Amino acid sequence: MNAFDYAAPQSVDEAISLLSAGNGNIGMLAGGTDLIAQLKEGRKIDLMIDLKQIPEATALSFDEDSGLSIGAATPCSKIYSYDVVQSRYPALVDCTSLIGSIQIQNRGTVGGNFCNASPAADTPPAVIVLGGTCRIAGPNGTREVAAEDFFTGPGQSVLQSGEFLVSIQVPTPAANSGAFFLRFIPRNEMDIAVANAAASVVLDSDKTTIQEARVAIGAVAPTPLLIADAGAALVGKAVDDEDAIEAACAASRAAARPISDMRGTIEQRIHLSGVLTRRAIQGAIQRAKES
Amino acid sequence: MPGKVHVTTTINGESVEFLCEPRQTILEVLRDQLDLTGTKEGCSNGNCGACSILVNGEVIDSCLMMGVEAEGQEITTIEGVASADGLHPLQQKFLEHAALQCGICTPGFIVAAKALLDQESDPSEERIRLYLAGNLCRCTGYDKIVRAVQDAASEMAE
Repeated sequence: MNAFDYAAPQSVDEAISLLSAGNGNIGMLAGGTDLIAQLKEGRKIDLMIDLKQIPEATALSFDEDSGLSIGAATPCSKIYSYDVVQSRYPALVDCTSLIGSIQIQNRGTVGGNFCNASPAADTPPAVIVLGGTCRIAGPNGTREVAAEDFFTGPGQSVLQSGEFLVSIQVPTPAANSGAFFLRFIPRNEMDIAVANAAASVVLDSDKTTIQEARVAIGAVAPTPLLIADAGAALVGKAVDDEDAIEAACAASRAAARPISDMRGTIEQRIHLSGVLTRRAIQGAIQRAKES
Repeated sequence: MPGKVHVTTTINGESVEFLCEPRQTILEVLRDQLDLTGTKEGCSNGNCGACSILVNGEVIDSCLMMGVEAEGQEITTIEGVASADGLHPLQQKFLEHAALQCGICTPGFIVAAKALLDQESDPSEERIRLYLAGNLCRCTGYDKIVRAVQDAASEMAE
């Protein structure tokens, strides 16, 4: 590892000052599970900025009006152990509890999962279907970007030089709603998604008709994808409308533009996009019925 | 060349101060500066768990934590697992079940299993296997390790 300076700012403003004073060759440290591995593989930085002393970046809190706030440096295990997440945001438990090992979950963060911007990242689809937004601090203040708009390519995001991700905001789930995330891996544990998918639905008060729906898929395109056509195919349809669910799956298959690599082929990933979309929708409907 | 950073931390219950370069991992500090060589370096990229340590009671891979991050934290390494009275039940059961051959993965397994048993007194076999999925062993085939952890849990519950 090449030599670099280290700073642990105490506030968002202090971090922004450090970012503007630097030459841009800066590594933002949250859990380090991607950054430190990259430094060992030869990535060179001049300054490491540790976010874990910044209150907004480590907070994990819920408010009925403003929803869930996940500090960018909050490790996955803190998130899935949080009682509010367990009771109100089970789709976040789905994704944060299957990333890497316990060792990785105790360090790795959703913020880092977003900023590393792997196409196969497991947390973005769930955050996207839950309507999450990314709170980004920069020299001109704070801006919010919808989770589905955060990613611009493999390893690339909307973060500009001098900016950093402070937290992820997830709205309070509506009444009669449910969300679900799953992925396909050939092993039981410790693997990277061949494909993944998340869905959220809001049902009417009888819990028989879908009023709102969102579907997102991952590992099948350069970025996680919100499949607007899949959601639209479900709105106004009965929860057991097989044709509507199949239309949503077809929309996911049509939107997927995967690559073939060691984990899977184009054909397999397109097929999986449909299969996982179906299971995510069914899981979301089931949770909405149980809500 | 960036300067060294002064770090004050707690390791195995004792207050420890050290100087380290920002680029040093806590694994390197433990092994090369503090002579706590029980923690092993395996893959060095967070896959194998040989370097597992506890930070504030939670198991992490020390190859993916910087030394400077230890400031103010409470760290437990394999050297801190046994007590003055003798081996920890996990250590004793690993011996009795012959849950090791070459031994490189063993400190990591014991530290990770300790984190599990500190939180859950009676984990199922499936839970133990899932919890220890981040620790790789190329010798034993895992069954003896899992049985040692189960046996240690039973003994600790008595």
